[in-house]
Amino acid sequence: MAERFELKIISPDEVFYEGEGTFLEFVSVEGEMGVYQNHIPLTTILEPCVMKIHNESEVKKAAILGGFVEIQKDKITVLAEDAQWPEEIDVERAKKAEERAKERLAKKDGIDILRAEVALKKAIARQNAVK
Amino acid sequence: MASMREIKRRRSSVQSTQQITKAMKLISTVKLQKARTRAENSKAYFECMYATVTSMLAKAGNIEHPYLQKSDSKKVGIVVVTSNRGLAGGYNSNIVKLITGSGIEKENIRLYTVGHKGAEALERKGYEIVEDFSDVIEEPSYSDAQAISKRLLTDFAAGEIGEIYVAYTFFKNTVSHIPTLTKLLPVDTAAIAEEEKEGESSVDKLTLMNFEPEEEVAVGLLVPKYMTSILYGAFVEAVASENGARMQAMDSATNNAEEIIEDLALKYNRARQGAITQELTEIIAGAEAL
Repeated sequence: MAERFELKIISPDEVFYEGEGTFLEFVSVEGEMGVYQNHIPLTTILEPCVMKIHNESEVKKAAILGGFVEIQKDKITVLAEDAQWPEEIDVERAKKAEERAKERLAKKDGIDILRAEVALKKAIARQNAVK
Repeated sequence: MASMREIKRRRSSVQSTQQITKAMKLISTVKLQKARTRAENSKAYFECMYATVTSMLAKAGNIEHPYLQKSDSKKVGIVVVTSNRGLAGGYNSNIVKLITGSGIEKENIRLYTVGHKGAEALERKGYEIVEDFSDVIEEPSYSDAQAISKRLLTDFAAGEIGEIYVAYTFFKNTVSHIPTLTKLLPVDTAAIAEEEKEGESSVDKLTLMNFEPEEEVAVGLLVPKYMTSILYGAFVEAVASENGARMQAMDSATNNAEEIIEDLALKYNRARQGAITQELTEIIAGAEAL
């Protein structure tokens, strides 16, 4: 049995999740990461991604749309700018958002390439969470 | 003495005003409860954000980053959070007073207003309003706060403003709301370090925090998030304060109306009694004359 850590996911509107886990997967700006208990203390910035919360054999998925993670020895705090469970995601809307973002990126005339990229990442993360 | 009819009319007019203020009080009580729950829910996020940013800055105290240094521009950007509706007692004028009495010269202030009332009052006084985001305060969302902080950071990066403040009403409790002026940028590292010494934050002091990417890069990514969370917190608090202030104002208005109604009722009865007495005297005098 793997050691457990405390996990808290906080979004601006609520405490999104509070519980325990044995392994946590997410994508930081530096790349994909997995964290077990007893990780070195680390603060890292998140990309919009699907966060997988493993608790023994049980896996929960949530779409985390940007934010950062603070990892301490046996406690992980995720500050998410927006977080959603797969049940809450509107897939149609996410697909449309993806198309819109892709169009904007393809044209490249917009001033806001960066924003379109973020929107695209968010749309993809949402859809992946549902899968 | 005013005639009976006049008094009666006045009384019914005060009564209908009282009904309105009573209804408004009830509405703002409900709204206040809602806004308060929201403010409490977002507190966890804000506190955690604050703890992380302070611990990061305490550790990375000496790094050089535009967000941490005062820029050359003398202009000061202030986000002014007021309400779109009036009848909230001193709520809006307190914020306006906070700006006019802040000691910052009028010429150097550039305003980003949230809430029509404050925007109108400050415009009349001759302050420069760069942009108005008044619709936001109706139902503040985190993405609204993000949009505003993005706009602020663009102006900050362009050197148009050298400092950023936010003026809002802090919701201490139902009866006490404190107008507050808080500095957003540049981040006041000295003050944070001081606070860090005084109160133990949630982060264990003994653990040495690592950052990925490195502190310099992390500052650039985290500070906008930190700013957004303060802005969002300010909006949520302001909405709670607005409804609290309106509730109080409407409560005292209802009480005052009650007082006036009582007074008028007394006057009305007196006038009626006077009329009856007069009539009686006339009848008796008439009978005697026969």
